Amino acid sequence: MNKNLKGFLYLLPALLFLSVFMIYPLIDVLIYSFEEGYNFASQTYKGIGLYNYFYVLRDPYFIQALKNTFIIVIITVPVSTGLALVIAYLLSLIKPLRDFFQTVYFLPYVTNTLAVGLVFMILFKKTPYSDGLINVLINAFGGSSVDFIDGPYAAKMFVMCFYTIWVVLPFKILILTSALASVDPNYYKAAKVDGTGSFRIFFRITLPMISPMIFYLIITGFIGAFKAYSDEVALFGTDLNSAGMNTIVGYIYDMLYGDSGGYPSYAAAAALILFIIVLTITCINLLISKRKY
Amino acid sequence: MKVVLKNLTKKFPDRNKKNSYVTAVNDFNFEIPDGKLVALLGPSGCGKSTALNLICGLEKPTAGQIFFDDTDVTSLPPERRGVGMVFQNYALYPHLSVRQNIIFPLENLKGENKLTKDQMNEKAVEVAKLVQIDGLMERRPGELSGGQQQRVAIARALVKTPGILLLDEPLSNLDARLRIQTREEIRRIQKETGITAIFVTHDQEEAMSISDLIIVMETGVIQQIGKPQDVYDDPCNLFVAKFLGTPPVNLFSGRIKNKTLFIGEDPVISTDCEDTDDITVGIRPEGFIPDNNGGLKCRLDNIEVMGRDTSMVSTHPAAISNPIRSIIAADTKYDRKSSEVAFSVKPSKLFLFDKDGSRINRDFIP
Repeated sequence: MNKNLKGFLYLLPALLFLSVFMIYPLIDVLIYSFEEGYNFASQTYKGIGLYNYFYVLRDPYFIQALKNTFIIVIITVPVSTGLALVIAYLLSLIKPLRDFFQTVYFLPYVTNTLAVGLVFMILFKKTPYSDGLINVLINAFGGSSVDFIDGPYAAKMFVMCFYTIWVVLPFKILILTSALASVDPNYYKAAKVDGTGSFRIFFRITLPMISPMIFYLIITGFIGAFKAYSDEVALFGTDLNSAGMNTIVGYIYDMLYGDSGGYPSYAAAAALILFIIVLTITCINLLISKRKY
Repeated sequence: MKVVLKNLTKKFPDRNKKNSYVTAVNDFNFEIPDGKLVALLGPSGCGKSTALNLICGLEKPTAGQIFFDDTDVTSLPPERRGVGMVFQNYALYPHLSVRQNIIFPLENLKGENKLTKDQMNEKAVEVAKLVQIDGLMERRPGELSGGQQQRVAIARALVKTPGILLLDEPLSNLDARLRIQTREEIRRIQKETGITAIFVTHDQEEAMSISDLIIVMETGVIQQIGKPQDVYDDPCNLFVAKFLGTPPVNLFSGRIKNKTLFIGEDPVISTDCEDTDDITVGIRPEGFIPDNNGGLKCRLDNIEVMGRDTSMVSTHPAAISNPIRSIIAADTKYDRKSSEVAFSVKPSKLFLFDKDGSRINRDFIP
């Protein structure tokens, strides 16, 4: 007992900070989300109930944000992970220039976000002087210009996904390259002696061996994509609702501080909905990836 | 299957120096008869694993040829040579069960050799019975002990009924007790299947105990090939004499004068040799006989009684490596209290080497 007390004493500073800056706010969000008609200025509310949730779920802006977020998640996570796997595998096959290519693929990770935004502007943005490099390319093949930033929803979503994939790819390639390198070469030697084809080696040996890393990337990828917000702002500016490109986190931010802001209860409800979605998907992921060794 | 190596050489580029090469395997010429268990024995870094990889096909030789029976397999990839390989760390696929691991090589068969699921299972069970792991088929490698993993690795190497079984340091990952058990197991499996087996080891005891033939090598060069007992009794040079035997051979600097071998100032034995200075004399531990009239006079430091026999630890001024360890039968009479001991030497346990370490073959007259 005395020993336990001493242990807790050592933990006290950390626990204190955690409870003030993590646990209390979390509980507060939960409370906010049930307080109806909360007034930020007077700190008063009219009642307790589920009204905030109903409001948020019926808000067309939230539905749009939900839809956008899901599209981004469903497209970018599998595509970026698959692409990273292919690139990492090809990198592991080549010997000359491997370091060079590794550096090239890792560059976006260390590049300033503003610089990246600039690059995408040059690629996609229509200005009075140019239609953007991609449009120049489309024109060269006989197509007509598409406005990727202020144009149709599909075009905007394409740019959004393209950008997201491009941003997350370097980290995934890095993780997978090191995962591939950590597979004991003796497995490959054994497989070679047994006459295993390279296709079979990849799917029966390499892939299962690095699968923990792949699952890690998928889970963190899902969580990261659900939390998408800053990339949208970088491409489409702060008024995401009118651009129709808002995300759940964007919606939460707008509800708190945006032009339509000042509604912490709605923001809290939306945040909890996001939390439940992420929790569910992570649990499903963990269930699928749970394997016995 | 018979294995014949002709002028086999493997050079690796030197990592530190450009355009220079390290010769891992230097001009190997030997023939391994069908159905024998052969040990490639040498200290670490002597190129024995490279030699095994060359026979397996994982490495391409720089020069020379490899024949299996009468077929030249030098340019064939490993899977077409019909060899089974057991890796040092076993290389069992951790995500597959024992059964799946054993079946894995069979699933690679194509065309007319293709087997049905039932045939594969039958073969897997058959080979699992041979190595006595048929009760563990559904386990994963992580749930097996080191010895059991070793058996699974052997089963996987044998399932395609290869002509040659190659084992790279098969016992180095096992503890001492399991090592003795497993090496007998390897011997039994090899005898039961009648397969030609080559294994790499740095442990001379391991090599001596189970193999039909040992090939001693150092720095890429074969030193001696022969039956274990022959190599032990008749080492062709100082390296082989030093490498085989525990406790190791005792070395002295000596000379021959008037047809007598002197160790230091002690006349030890008569010989038909001309007078020579600068001779290295090797005497196996079991070659010493405590004998009050013996020529070799040593200072007795300690006596270790080990049940079956007794080990005398003594020193001699002319010994190259003190202390001298001699093993004598437990019933030999000696003066325990004396601080000196005199030995006569068994001629068959005494070897002479010249300055370069080559053996001088001479008759001794006891």
